[in-house]
Amino acid sequence: MIQTIAFYLFATLVIASGALTVFARNPVHSVLWLILAFFNAAGLMILLGAEFIAMLLIIVYVGAVAVLFLFVVMMLDVDFAELRAGFVRYLPLGALLAIILAIEIVFAVGAWQAGAIDMGARIAPVASDVSNTQAIGQLLYTRYIFLFEAAGIILLVAMVGAIVLTHRKRGGVKPQDIGHQVRRRPEDATRLTRPESGKGVEL
Amino acid sequence: MIGLTHYLVVGAILFVLGVLGIFINRKNVIIILMAIELILLAVNINLVAFSAYLGDLVGQVFSMFVLTVAAGEAAIGLAILVIYFRGRGTIAVDDVNRMKG
Repeated sequence: MIQTIAFYLFATLVIASGALTVFARNPVHSVLWLILAFFNAAGLMILLGAEFIAMLLIIVYVGAVAVLFLFVVMMLDVDFAELRAGFVRYLPLGALLAIILAIEIVFAVGAWQAGAIDMGARIAPVASDVSNTQAIGQLLYTRYIFLFEAAGIILLVAMVGAIVLTHRKRGGVKPQDIGHQVRRRPEDATRLTRPESGKGVEL
Repeated sequence: MIGLTHYLVVGAILFVLGVLGIFINRKNVIIILMAIELILLAVNINLVAFSAYLGDLVGQVFSMFVLTVAAGEAAIGLAILVIYFRGRGTIAVDDVNRMKG
């Protein structure tokens, strides 16, 4: 009973906040609704018994991706009202396509429930004696180790790409030039003079 | 009792909302990127729901990989957005025709 109530709570909230993400006037509000959607999706995943994915969703999406969105939305000084100009014009076409897509998905689910498709054998059956996180770890570091490393490389490439794209050289600043510093010799920097008494040194 | 279909319906609605979001916010790249995140979230819900109801952990592992790709895509997309804004002073995407190498 409590599970049913929790499911409907999370499902309603995730759909409502997803809709508000799309329809909100202010992009900052959009990001905040997106964060709410992620939290409720994490709740749904906890109901399904996938605690690790739920925590990952909160850490990665809410902690990193949503905050990145928030930074960008607040950093760019954009006239968002102008960007909403075509909203009403595109609404009928978008709604039509969305409804067609929804009908197709419902058909697909119906076909799947009718038993038309044979499911393959289970690759990694859920063991009852280990926790979810431990089971995922045991699977991820053995059978899927190469995929896991590929995921790491994807993240590395994404990080390097984002830095290379957004990095810019600013003019008018004096950065440290280490090679120049190391090349500097005492002869270049100092001079020995023997001034006569009563006269200064001309530099 | 909550069955697999309930979760699939939630995932489907979220997916369709994401697609709708891409269509109706055609000018605003930030909202389009957020709609893509919604679509990937729907995919994750489907993967985890199937994983839980079929008793197979692979779905959860693959939902992790989807998460990885989503994070990378958001980072690269926002970086491109920032440099585009720097060059043009706007983020309206219907007139992106300057990418000539």
